[in-house]
Amino acid sequence: MHLSGRLIAAISVSASLFCGAFDSAEARSVKWARSGDSLTLDPHAQNEGPTHVLNHHIYEPLIIRDNQGKPLPALAESWTITADPLTWEFRLRKGVKFHDGAPFTVDDVIYSYERARQPTSDMKSLLSAVDTLTKVDDHTLRIKTKGPNPIFPANLTDLFIMNKAWTEKNNAGKVQDYKAKEENFSVRNANGTGPFSLVSREPDVKTVLKRNDNYWGKGQVPLEITELTYLPIKADATRVAALLSGEVDFVQDLPVQDIQRLSSDPKLQINIGPENRSIFLGMNVADKELKTSDIKGRNPFAEKKIRHAVNMTVNRSAIQRVTMRGQSIPTGIIAPPGVNGYTKELDQIPTADAAKAKALLAEAGYPEGFSVSFHCPNDRYLNDEAICQAVVGQLATIGIKANLVSQSKSIHFPLIQKNPPETDFYLLGWGVPTFDSHYVFTLLYHTRTDKEGGWNATRYSNPDIDKLTVALTQETDLTKRNQMIGQIWKVLQDETIYIPIHIQTLAYAMKPDLDIPVDISNQPKLKFAKFKK
Amino acid sequence: MIAYILKSVAQAVLVLLVVSALAFSMFRFLGDPVANLVGQEATQADRRELAERLGLNDPIPLQFGRFVADVATGEFGMSYRHGRKVSALIVEKLPATVELAVLSALFATSFGIVFGVYTAIRRNSWSAHAIMMISLVGVSLPTFLIGIGLIYLFAVELRWLPSFGRGETVKLGWWSTGLLTSSGRQSLIMPVLTLGFFQLTLIMRLVRAQMLETLRTDYVKFARARGLSENRVNFRHALRNTLVPVITIAGLQLGAVIAFAIITESVFQWPGLGALFVQAVQFVDIPVMAAYLLFVAVVFVVVNLIVDLTYVALDPRLKSSTPVSVGGK
Amino acid sequence: MTTPADTTPLPKQPPMRFAARWSRAWDSDLSWNFRHSPVAVAAAVTAVLFMTLALLAPWIAPQNAFDPGAVNLDDGFLRPMEKGAKGMTHVFGTDSQGRDLLSAILYGSRVSLLVGFASVGFSMALGVTLGLIAGFVGGRIDALIMRIADIQLSFPAILIALLVFGVGRGLIHPTQHERMAVMVLIIAIGLSHWAQYARTVRGATLVEKSKEYVQAARVMGRSPAAIMREHVLPNVLGPVLVIATINLALAVIEEATLSFLGVGVPPTQASLGTLIRIGQQFLFSGERWILFFPAAALIILALAINLLGDWLRDALNPRLK
Repeated sequence: MHLSGRLIAAISVSASLFCGAFDSAEARSVKWARSGDSLTLDPHAQNEGPTHVLNHHIYEPLIIRDNQGKPLPALAESWTITADPLTWEFRLRKGVKFHDGAPFTVDDVIYSYERARQPTSDMKSLLSAVDTLTKVDDHTLRIKTKGPNPIFPANLTDLFIMNKAWTEKNNAGKVQDYKAKEENFSVRNANGTGPFSLVSREPDVKTVLKRNDNYWGKGQVPLEITELTYLPIKADATRVAALLSGEVDFVQDLPVQDIQRLSSDPKLQINIGPENRSIFLGMNVADKELKTSDIKGRNPFAEKKIRHAVNMTVNRSAIQRVTMRGQSIPTGIIAPPGVNGYTKELDQIPTADAAKAKALLAEAGYPEGFSVSFHCPNDRYLNDEAICQAVVGQLATIGIKANLVSQSKSIHFPLIQKNPPETDFYLLGWGVPTFDSHYVFTLLYHTRTDKEGGWNATRYSNPDIDKLTVALTQETDLTKRNQMIGQIWKVLQDETIYIPIHIQTLAYAMKPDLDIPVDISNQPKLKFAKFKK
Repeated sequence: MIAYILKSVAQAVLVLLVVSALAFSMFRFLGDPVANLVGQEATQADRRELAERLGLNDPIPLQFGRFVADVATGEFGMSYRHGRKVSALIVEKLPATVELAVLSALFATSFGIVFGVYTAIRRNSWSAHAIMMISLVGVSLPTFLIGIGLIYLFAVELRWLPSFGRGETVKLGWWSTGLLTSSGRQSLIMPVLTLGFFQLTLIMRLVRAQMLETLRTDYVKFARARGLSENRVNFRHALRNTLVPVITIAGLQLGAVIAFAIITESVFQWPGLGALFVQAVQFVDIPVMAAYLLFVAVVFVVVNLIVDLTYVALDPRLKSSTPVSVGGK
Repeated sequence: MTTPADTTPLPKQPPMRFAARWSRAWDSDLSWNFRHSPVAVAAAVTAVLFMTLALLAPWIAPQNAFDPGAVNLDDGFLRPMEKGAKGMTHVFGTDSQGRDLLSAILYGSRVSLLVGFASVGFSMALGVTLGLIAGFVGGRIDALIMRIADIQLSFPAILIALLVFGVGRGLIHPTQHERMAVMVLIIAIGLSHWAQYARTVRGATLVEKSKEYVQAARVMGRSPAAIMREHVLPNVLGPVLVIATINLALAVIEEATLSFLGVGVPPTQASLGTLIRIGQQFLFSGERWILFFPAAALIILALAINLLGDWLRDALNPRLK
């Protein structure tokens, strides 16, 4: 018994060793650590950053974005709007094969999009504008939208294409339903067209991928990594320790306080760049009374003067310098540069002026200030809790007593999402995956309804803004559309229902022989990674 | 005897039922699973629909009834987070935690008893004082700080040991073990030390205190008076009597081992049940949390039963007085 | 090691009254013992000094560490002995928020000690009472108490704390969350330890109960309460004190652990544990003093309490001399 156990052990150890380690001189494996794991391999079950990041290595959408957010052809070689302003035509790449050898055709795209439109899919909102999907030939697809939608292709960059035959054969045609009794095959298995194919996956432990030697893009992208091991390491200290001890090659979520010291380590290379994500404060601007304030009968945040006072009290440069160790870009607008609609004029940061803020407070009828609960996540954004603490200190100087309640994102986010929201003053971060202001307007500024304003916990409701926001989706003239965006921002910037603080800066740490540039969406695609010889 | 066992089992089931009720109700307060399941652009309608599909809008007693009925058939449902059967997840993560917990319990108990006996017998020696001092310093350090300190020293500075994970594991049927590979064994060292250290000091102090008490009893003095050798007195008489309360505490400490495993596993990224639970708490993954709590409760019910029965076996005085209740008879 | 005086047959001799023993020990033995134990004196001085400083924090601390308005972000990460913008010398340096670490430690110790003492007192009172009743009365009451203890023990301390925290969050109005955090911690940590006392006391009570002198007292018709107080309680005090000693330090550490998991007191009113959690983020970045001083304070405090408790246990137990 004991002996046979040993024997089995020996066999499986040798079997689990990386077989190609000795047969190729250029075999290069990379161990990639970040704070959290992908939630599932099912490409349509979760619309969540880290989940997409891993899937981008196995599956591919029609269009991807490069590390600056610029669209690049992936499974589609080109796309145009047809004579009919409602219809888009995509010409698909030929000669592409899935990992199991099956050829990629338009049927796979239609099948995948239909799958992503199921009620249990988390990706369905991105395809809500789709009316019909039509096969023209094996490599031409027509998508008809319900209304004119000039930026429709921007929605497709995280919509991965599965193989129809493989998915049906494995009974994975339905997106994982959390009420189902059985696990969906696609949760831990994958068959994509991507640069890497799945070798093994242990959720929350490790996922091993190997290079897809039949990748269509071979020769067009470096694709130098032969084996990729993805390791979620949640604790900051442990993750940094694994990097310092050389156990991992690439760390994606680097704590800001460690950047400076790690930068001076010759055994490491640090790449730094901005993320397409703003961090800001939200206020309850519409309720008659703040539930969590000592002021009764009126709502101080309903006064624009108070909001302006808060805006000029939050000292963004001090937060950047001390709390973020320089790893942030102070901002005055919830739309990072690169997002359509961002302008330098809109991005005005008020100079911190406590005396003027105090005067405004007195003018508005609150010379003694007021108290309010301040809700903050402590495990979502870079140094989120420390930012909140700094804000509490700064607001205290003008008499606003913000009582900090910092907690896990799983408790924090529901406060914002619930209807009515359960917070009067909160910190939130917002990424703009479509790189268009409309995404910000419809989710953060639009009056909360069943379809819009899902993350607007300010209770702000402006029918004019709502109307203009909806009109943006219909406007095909891009110049006119951009004018409308500018018009909306002008109103919203004066309203100041949010206090933008900064744009997060991302830092990737890696061994010095590796070069992985920072991706603005924090979605590094390692097929672009190069080794320095 | 059979009636007694049956009664114990019935009580155990009752305990488990109460725990499952607590487990279930607790997580109604802790957060909203829906918010974690839907993406950032989900609409209110999406949210309502998902809550409906998960049965979160049903009356609480109905949800609980459904939960108990499922649990009775070994069915904990699907994890919200993983989209996999919770029972499969538990089975997958169990070996990592069991190996860690059992090894650190063994480490803590064996070294705890050895050091405890030593410091009791040589209570005035310098080495005994040194051991007591070190144990006190150890008790005064939070577990996570010990873990981070060990990582800093042995993984980052000295680079002797891996800083996270289980290393290479080997599958023996459904059981995965790290004991058969060198990287697996290396990966076990720091987590076992971190997890076992606190228990070690606790058991050691307890053994010492009890041993000193016992050495003072007439029973031992009598044995000495009879001219028995010092070793025989110390180990046959004193240690035997010392072990009664020590076994109680050591048994109860298994709970603490599991509790601190949550922290140890988080610090060392150990892929066990504790880490699974922490992630479940953050994600408000109710089926996983409930299953974990029930698992912990089962461990306890069994351990308590064993502790109660060991009492009878080890302390002859309890046998004579029949009305003394064992395990709440 | 055996002295002739100790060999008088014990079973015949009724144990000394608890109060009498306590006062006698206090009057003579204990203080004599104390004066002749340098470790005990040092530990006591350290613990008392620490507690006094913590208690006086609002009057002696250089800065009001709980007033966010008093802290200047620009003073962040000052090294020990560096001068801040307002000319204040920060003996222990400042943390990431520019908070004077000495002040933060003084204020933080207050919170930690409050949580520690209150939760230990709470769990001890509850556990000893229930353990005595369970062991002495037996039967259904014993069964009930011990099953409740089983249930409590089925939840590791951290889980109980999360439970209490979650329920508390549900019951307490959001505006009160910050104020209630300390109370919730006391209850959470206290509730997660009583069963340990109860189990130990019950076990010891069972042993004591079967002893002849207790049975004799029973036959003589003494009330159960009197027997428990006079005969059983003094004999279980030793193990209880061991546990209480460890638990006081443990409570402080558990508070730190809860903070590590993100459910402790808010960082604006940091306890020692919260300070350590904040400090451990800077272990690799070079600002080690942010971790070092609070950790050192915690270890010194816990060590002093443990040493004192150790000594007290030996001294209170006349059979150990």
